[in-house]
Amino acid sequence: MPDRVYLDNSATTQVARAVVDAMAPYFDVRYGNASSLHSFGQEARHAVEESRESMADSLGVRADEIVFTSGATEADNLAIVGAALARSGGGGHVIASKVEHDAVLRAVEWLQPMGFAVTLADVDGTGRVDPETVRAALRKDTFLVSIMAGNNEIGTLEPIAEIGRICRERGVLFHTDAVQALGKVDLPMDSVDLLAASAHKLHGPKGVGFLYARRGTRLVPLTHGGGHERGLRSGTENVPAIVGFAAALRLALAERDEVTARMWRLRRRIIDRVLRMPGTRLNGHPEDSLPHITNFSFAGIEGESLVMKLDEAGIAASTGSACSSPNLEPSHVLVAIGVPLSMAHGSLRISTGRDTTDADVERLLDVLPRVVGELRAMSPFKVGE
Amino acid sequence: MYTEKVIEHFRHPHNMGKMKEYSAVGRVGNILCGDVMWLYIRVERDATGREVIADVSWETFGCTAAIATSSMVSDLAKGRTLEEAIAISNRDVANQLGGLPPIKMHCSGLAADALSEAIYEYLTKEGRDIPAALQARHEHIQKDMATLEERYKVFLDRDPSKGKTDEAPSCS
Ligand SMILES: Cc1ncc(COP(=O)(O)O)c(C=O)c1O
Ligand code: FES
Repeated sequence: MPDRVYLDNSATTQVARAVVDAMAPYFDVRYGNASSLHSFGQEARHAVEESRESMADSLGVRADEIVFTSGATEADNLAIVGAALARSGGGGHVIASKVEHDAVLRAVEWLQPMGFAVTLADVDGTGRVDPETVRAALRKDTFLVSIMAGNNEIGTLEPIAEIGRICRERGVLFHTDAVQALGKVDLPMDSVDLLAASAHKLHGPKGVGFLYARRGTRLVPLTHGGGHERGLRSGTENVPAIVGFAAALRLALAERDEVTARMWRLRRRIIDRVLRMPGTRLNGHPEDSLPHITNFSFAGIEGESLVMKLDEAGIAASTGSACSSPNLEPSHVLVAIGVPLSMAHGSLRISTGRDTTDADVERLLDVLPRVVGELRAMSPFKVGE
Repeated sequence: MYTEKVIEHFRHPHNMGKMKEYSAVGRVGNILCGDVMWLYIRVERDATGREVIADVSWETFGCTAAIATSSMVSDLAKGRTLEEAIAISNRDVANQLGGLPPIKMHCSGLAADALSEAIYEYLTKEGRDIPAALQARHEHIQKDMATLEERYKVFLDRDPSKGKTDEAPSCS
């Protein structure tokens, strides 16, 4: 296919060349097991610890507060299920929001039959959780609140610093899924106890993430074995991936101002143009948002067909979360922000990356009205000019 | 996930659009995925006096498979007698497309239902007896349609035949 345009960077990103180069030697030259005594092992251990330190430094936390995992799904599960199982006496109450990623929602859901109570906090029409809603939902036995930093479907930023402060006052652990926010916006590390991140959303490799766990946070490990990662995550460290994650974060932070300024410019251009088309709506917050994610609904057409039509024109985007693709029902995020069912099926998520250019966006804006028109011509629902 | 045949019909759908002069229309939808399909038929008598579906067309709001199955069912029904057309099943539609992913089998169900609804409406208009199976199927389909008509009211009211011009919801 001639030059395709990739606008699905919240599903995953292209691994940056510098990241590939940083990883390469750890496959076939310094391929040791980080637990081995010999020099091969020492090289690998050194690489893992150096990566940990570099990431901890840039976040302003301690190296021993970073636990490497197989990705953010595992990090979210370790935070939520690990904290729940660490409760002496068992039971208790957890608060999350209705717009969390499935990695959080399914984890808290899994706790319910184990005797835990769960409250899913409502959001406003932009997807924002009001900190006062969290405060009001706190119970005597609440031990954990989990609210994401920035939404993966609609981009809305959550007031995690404020929510974290409220939790701290009440002696409740605060976890945040910062997968989409890491490297894009400042993270208020002082206000969080637990934070999940993933490399493949910021031009790093798939299959590696970390959980930040503030010193003194009690967690029960979910994997049992050789006692790696201070006993919290047994399993031979994925050395090249960890090295790649550290390189990706360094790159993201070094280029952050330049890249996010461009993303904001592109986002404003996309919003301006799309909202001029009839029967469209922006899902999410116009300003209080991650720079790279923009979500729309188109009246009278269905999102999957729109994604297929765009793909035919060489443009890769998605309807929402990549994981919910096999699901027939509309996105839980769009339902939570009150998008009418008549519009919730017609969603399109456009997400830019560090390499997205003005030309890429112009191509999208060129193709979009045409394919929307084609699909509307097929639809019995007529959307006027 | 989709076969080449599905993609082919999606990209170049046959018999797409509203028919100018039709004998009957079948309106169906699925409340879970929210997809809807309108299928128009024009019935004529052939040289031997049998009623055949002389023309078919459709309008669909739906996924890739919904559009491909609309196209396929229109091909399958064209030129068939009413009895033959009633017998076209969702499996026939899916098979002709080289199969559908399991979660998308209901899309072919939508296409087969739209055809049977159009035939139901035609027979009703003509004052004919409705076969019991067709009647049962019609009643089943209508349950979902009531919900969907409510959901998509804003769009349906825009239908010029009803003369309303409400705004689409939350347009901005
Ligand atoms: C907000 C959010 N949380 C968690 C995940 C899961 O991350 P991973 O793919 O590393 O398991 C993703 C992406 O898939 C995400 O966007
Ligand atoms: S997903 Fe329901 S008709 Fe295709």
